[in-house]
Amino acid sequence: MADGPDGSLELAARPRDAELEALEVELLLEAIYRRYSFDFREYAVGSLRRRLWRRVQEEGLETISALQDRVLHDPSAMDRLLRDLSVNVTSMFRDPTFYRSFRDNVVPHLRTYPFIRIWNAGCSTGEETYSVAIVLHEAGLLERVRLYGTDVNARVVQRARAGTLPGERLESYDEAYRQAGGTAGLLDYFDTDRDGCTLRPELARNIVFAQHNLVSDRSFNEFHVVMCRNVMIYFGRTLQDRVHSLLHESLANFGVLALGRKESIRFTRHERCYEDLDGREKLYRKVC
Amino acid sequence: MRVDLVVVGASWGGLHAVSTLLRGLPADFDAAVAVAQHRGVQAPDLLVGSLQAATALPVQEAEDKDPIEPGRVYLAPADYHLLVAPTGFELSVDERVQHARPSIDVLFESAAEVYRERVLGVLLTGANSDGTAGLARIRAEGGTTLVQHPATAASRRMPEAAIAAGVADAVVALDDLARALAEVCRTGRRLAPRGAA
Ligand SMILES: C[S@@+](CC[C@H](N)C(=O)[O-])C[C@H]1O[C@@H](n2cnc3c(N)ncnc32)[C@H](O)[C@@H]1O
Repeated sequence: MADGPDGSLELAARPRDAELEALEVELLLEAIYRRYSFDFREYAVGSLRRRLWRRVQEEGLETISALQDRVLHDPSAMDRLLRDLSVNVTSMFRDPTFYRSFRDNVVPHLRTYPFIRIWNAGCSTGEETYSVAIVLHEAGLLERVRLYGTDVNARVVQRARAGTLPGERLESYDEAYRQAGGTAGLLDYFDTDRDGCTLRPELARNIVFAQHNLVSDRSFNEFHVVMCRNVMIYFGRTLQDRVHSLLHESLANFGVLALGRKESIRFTRHERCYEDLDGREKLYRKVC
Repeated sequence: MRVDLVVVGASWGGLHAVSTLLRGLPADFDAAVAVAQHRGVQAPDLLVGSLQAATALPVQEAEDKDPIEPGRVYLAPADYHLLVAPTGFELSVDERVQHARPSIDVLFESAAEVYRERVLGVLLTGANSDGTAGLARIRAEGGTTLVQHPATAASRRMPEAAIAAGVADAVVALDDLARALAEVCRTGRRLAPRGAA
């Protein structure tokens, strides 16, 4: 809405009927679910509503109801909306202190297992998964690890699988890697060519990327670590609770749950099932 | 109409301006305060400490789905947008808006949509034009807007953009802002009569 300077100001200055808008949003999400099986009905409303209005504007429409009409009759409009609704922002070693803590607090625990399964749920284009793989590699553990990266969005899963990074971000990634306590250079883990760089096979070998929807798919294994960072912030409370059940179910006893920097297990239904491993970095250990 | 939520936006020079504003609030201030301050990701906790030093009201970085409670100051975390929803705060890592995350517009617009005439928007110093659309949205929903007087701002651009767009109910010197704000909250009265537009 506020992305363009002029038209947006005019739009911003127009009062809206909040109750009617809430109804229109609800009907649109229901329609999308029934027609296309994409289920956004229990997503958090704040970011979703901004995105819907942006699509309304970009389609040259006036109301959310008009957008409903358009996406029902024109699947290509649904495609465009789906791209808008998919927030895949990610980076390597986002929150460097998290990876430090992972190395100091989680890795020693993992050493006690002969074989280690890790699930990175909502991995987007793979940068987060590569980051964990590098930490595990540097700890000499990667050989024993199977790392699963999953996301609902098939397009990003495909990119994650390709293992390539855009060249222009390498410098900031390398900086974050060093802040996270990395001792080599990030580029040591990538093969570079003209188009960018690709994760080296010895790191990629133990990673499996697959499509998985946290809203509707079941648990598919038992893991020693489940990472789900900056994914559930897009979910409403009720859906968060359901997904927490799924993650809890997927964790072995004393397994580790990792959430995003500003997410917390506090106030969720599963609060009592975990103890802090590092509360600041949102690392929790399953105790029941 | 009483004010239940005060939203504050600041960019370049904001630490001093936000601290000054908070320092002037009465200890029994009973609206919630949410602050979007543009900042780098480095040393994310320093800002909470600096702001806490200025006020007796508890200051915290908002976490996802935190309830919005009166008499508390919530800060948008570095690198996240802070949004207001009917059930509390929401965070997102959506794309930057006008190069900013947190974006002042995102906070203001979402606050306007939920709190409507019970929201007061305060726009402080900054070297861009974030916040103008947000203030427009707040006014459109019947809320009140205050803008720091550009002559008292470390960077005049942000306040001037809002004033030029005609979305400021009042333009107030930094040292008088806390008093003006508390006055609006206490009396629930708008600062100046407003035309039909
Ligand atoms: C903001 S990204 C976070 C990426 C990464 N975890 C990080 O923190 O950098 C959120 C990701 O969650 C995915 N996502 C959203 N809904 C999902 C669902 N129902 N099931 C699985 N993944 C989902 C999105 O496709 C997106 O890639």
